[in-house]
Amino acid sequence: MDKSESRKELKVSAIENGTVIDHIPNNNVFQVIRILNLHEVGNMVLFGTNLESSKMGKKGIIKISNKFFEAEEINKIALVAPSATLIVIKDFNVIEKKKVKAPDAVEKIVKCFNPNCISNHETVITKFEVIDKKEMKLKCHYCEKITTRETIVFL
Amino acid sequence: MKNKSLVSINDFSREEHIRILDLAEEFEKMPTQSILDKFVVATLFFEPSTRTRLSFESAATRLGAKVIGFSEPGSTSVQKGESLRDTIKTISNYSDIIVMRHPKEGSARFASEVSTVPIINAGDGANQHPTQTLLDMYSIRKTQGHLDNLNIAFVGDLKYGRTVHSLVIALSNYNTKFHLVSPEELKLPSSVKMHIKEKELAYHQYTELQDVIGKVDILYMTRIQKERFSDPMDYEKVKNSYTLKNSMLEKARTNLKILHPLPRVNEISVDVDENPKAYYFTQALNGVYVRQAILASILGVK
Repeated sequence: MDKSESRKELKVSAIENGTVIDHIPNNNVFQVIRILNLHEVGNMVLFGTNLESSKMGKKGIIKISNKFFEAEEINKIALVAPSATLIVIKDFNVIEKKKVKAPDAVEKIVKCFNPNCISNHETVITKFEVIDKKEMKLKCHYCEKITTRETIVFL
Repeated sequence: MKNKSLVSINDFSREEHIRILDLAEEFEKMPTQSILDKFVVATLFFEPSTRTRLSFESAATRLGAKVIGFSEPGSTSVQKGESLRDTIKTISNYSDIIVMRHPKEGSARFASEVSTVPIINAGDGANQHPTQTLLDMYSIRKTQGHLDNLNIAFVGDLKYGRTVHSLVIALSNYNTKFHLVSPEELKLPSSVKMHIKEKELAYHQYTELQDVIGKVDILYMTRIQKERFSDPMDYEKVKNSYTLKNSMLEKARTNLKILHPLPRVNEISVDVDENPKAYYFTQALNGVYVRQAILASILGVK
């Protein structure tokens, strides 16, 4: 293989079957990993950060071997990767490509920003309604206050 | 409304709000009846509130219900570290309905999810106080004859005033024209204005109380708290600008009524009390009838 061809090699190796999450904002790759519990699954997980992107400048990418996600599960990442692309791979081929879609509700993974919210004082699973999908504004089911993208803290 | 908790004003539909107001009118004509004599009402006030608590207790007792509860957590197992979850689960076994005031936002919603009996929110932190909103609406409807197309002024602390937020949101369903009077630092938050804008209603903002008096049907006064100002000198500058004096009411419309959720400190001068436009004490009395309507509806008796 000559040098120019090797430069075209994928920075993150191709997977045979599984899911690719592309166009993740560079600083949020680890948050996506946490949200999807990829640090705890048994599957082979490859990821890269600070990759060059013509669209985003720098981006992150995650490839999970032999794992396919329900829309409900993967759309949670819209909180931190609103323009991510989800790609389903089979036999090294792209079977499906779609954009992540912001969910209508978020449960369990986000902390309510209001320190006086009951959810920060009692054992209860946090619940939010996504009232603005573009700006990622989350309305707490309990205290009704809004946690914004800037104030999102993951549990 | 039977067995449904009332945590936020929007838990009840517009039709259900009207039903409560209509029912309250009936109770105003006959507030003492024994229709709730088979029920136990628990009033759990984790934060003191004499007026709301006594209003609920009067409402329940006049309808024959037995009332149990506490008025501040100092003497209860909460002091021993019992969770709200356990407190509510236990007390829902001792009662048929729980009226609750708690300092943390979301506490009433949480309680409604762990309780086996309905919860009436009597105030959860800075969030909701739906029974106040309903009694405010009742008072407005009673004095003006209807709720639609009114000019209503809200004066004072519009930023932190929970009763203001809730009433503005409820009144957005009635084509109200809003007149908002406050110091710059205490303007109505955009999250509340959003409701006004959604319904494409008019609102005007003022810094001078005098400017609205002649324009409105209802003057809703609120207390400005010193603690809300980061600079105490800013408070000193405004503290008297939003005080209503009797002399200011010369230009008022004949049908004007002055409302205040109480307690009043100095924002309504005592010389206003004798003016027939002063309605705030009757407003508090209306609270008993409205709370009777809410209790009777949720307990399924009316």
